[in-house]
Amino acid sequence: MISRQEVEHVARLARLRFEEDELTRLQPELGRIIDYVRQLAELDLSGLEPTSHAVPLKNVLRADEPVPGLSQEEATGNGPDVERGQFVVPRIA
Amino acid sequence: MARIDVTGLTAHGCRDLLAGGDASAVELTRAYLDRIAAVDGSVQAYLTVDEEGALSAAAAVDAKPRRERLPWEGVPIALKDILCVKGMETTCASRILKGYVPPYDATVIAKLRAAGLVFLGKLNMDEFAMGSSTENSAFQTTRNPWDLDRVPGGSSGGSAACVAAAEAPWALGSDTGGSIRQPASLCGVVGLKPTYGAVSRYGLVAFASSLDQIGPLTHDVRDAAALLDLIAGRDPRDSTSTGLRGPAGVPARAGLEGLRFGVIKEYLGDACEQGVLEVFESAVKTVGALGGVCDEVSLPSVERGVAAYYLIAPSEASSNLARYDGVRYGYRHAPSEDLYDMYVRTRSEGFGAEVKRRIMIGTYALSAGYYDAYYAQAQRTRTLIIQDFTAAFQRFDYLISPTSPTVAFKLGERIADPLAMYLSDLCTIPVNLAALPAVSIPAGFAAGLPVGLQIIGPHFSEPGMLDAAYALERRLKVDTVAPLAAGPGVSSAEGER
Repeated sequence: MISRQEVEHVARLARLRFEEDELTRLQPELGRIIDYVRQLAELDLSGLEPTSHAVPLKNVLRADEPVPGLSQEEATGNGPDVERGQFVVPRIA
Repeated sequence: MARIDVTGLTAHGCRDLLAGGDASAVELTRAYLDRIAAVDGSVQAYLTVDEEGALSAAAAVDAKPRRERLPWEGVPIALKDILCVKGMETTCASRILKGYVPPYDATVIAKLRAAGLVFLGKLNMDEFAMGSSTENSAFQTTRNPWDLDRVPGGSSGGSAACVAAAEAPWALGSDTGGSIRQPASLCGVVGLKPTYGAVSRYGLVAFASSLDQIGPLTHDVRDAAALLDLIAGRDPRDSTSTGLRGPAGVPARAGLEGLRFGVIKEYLGDACEQGVLEVFESAVKTVGALGGVCDEVSLPSVERGVAAYYLIAPSEASSNLARYDGVRYGYRHAPSEDLYDMYVRTRSEGFGAEVKRRIMIGTYALSAGYYDAYYAQAQRTRTLIIQDFTAAFQRFDYLISPTSPTVAFKLGERIADPLAMYLSDLCTIPVNLAALPAVSIPAGFAAGLPVGLQIIGPHFSEPGMLDAAYALERRLKVDTVAPLAAGPGVSSAEGER
């Protein structure tokens, strides 16, 4: 299981907030999923290397040649609040 | 000019109509737009229909002399709304990306544009490709064209339903744990998940980067091979891309002589429902009748696949989805007290329930004190699964299983139980964990609903795998046209034309 305090702690890490009723639903849901995936903890896999990418690739390089990219206008075009080509954000507390 | 009947029309069929002068690109595009207008009110596969853009692209094709055209020029296609198309809204079926208009094309889109294909529009999906029923879309509920009370599968449910309902000759989807193959199975179409790296992921909105792969959903195997060849290739913008070792070409194999097929034991028995198993067993007999040799093979670790996947995919997702912070694109909560408040409100209001659940699981699994017990252990399980597949491919050319343990389920049936929904991908998940190619082809029906057969190959075996799938498809002769046209409200709308 996962405690209410843990759910709230993880939510803070993930920059999410849940209302009381959402938390009441979420806590047992996450608990069931975590109980299910916990079956892996019982396996003895001590001799095995963890796989991060299943196709082996090493040192992928490309020619270091300048190519055109997005203009500043294009790159900021979807911003919810843009001023003089820059993203505007609220103050940092 | 005779009216074009698009029901059951393949992309090869479209190409032939254009090449023979039997239809102009505008007429063909118009026929699909009319079909969408007639049936999408019931199916709800499309999030965006770009009528103007499609007709103008088709007109540009018609303006070119036929002998100067590329082979697929003027053939329409529809796209899962997870692929960035320059100038066309791309939402991932999420409130947080509503209104986002990419300033660039995904590599697969640039390739299709260069080949002259006509983009009909963007297709519904589970939000950020997280789900197995397309019910997690923030915008609409897509229905299965075989039974409108049932789900089309997911997450590429819009792509599968669109092809099954003849609202496009073919479509692109993406597959992280079965998101092309499972909806293909539930909607009675062909779905191909290529080897990891065969197709560039540049411009595919990221879910779980070590698992995601773009692929075709089509009426038949030849269309799937052709679309794969159009999109595959190494791309400097995706350093994990390698391309194929050779083109899939035109599958033409008649028999299966000399090929050994491993039947994955862990997916028989209680793992799948009875009707699905009956269709599967009949398909195994067909493999034998075509001269292939079938034998049971055990891959014990695949039973741990769902558990490993539901640690690895959410972990990668929690990191990939950190970018949705209300600063550079998409939804922002405003006004906000301060930056932290803006982040939290934007994300809490912008993401749907399943996406938040997975971000929570992933953040938990990667948080201090849990990393080794969960994430690292899942990655070791992944190694075990790869080893089991490697051993099986010493004995067999291809492995076969049902694609989905069940036929299409009723809308709403599993939405309240996330874990039950996760088990929909039991047979498809291990393939992504091991980076293998696999294709689902229609194998028959259980209680009137489509059942798919999954064929899994070794890395980069797409040409041979699709050749074998073609031989089976020809012998199985499964009708892939959903009975939607006969449904109420549909025939009358068509009759007006």
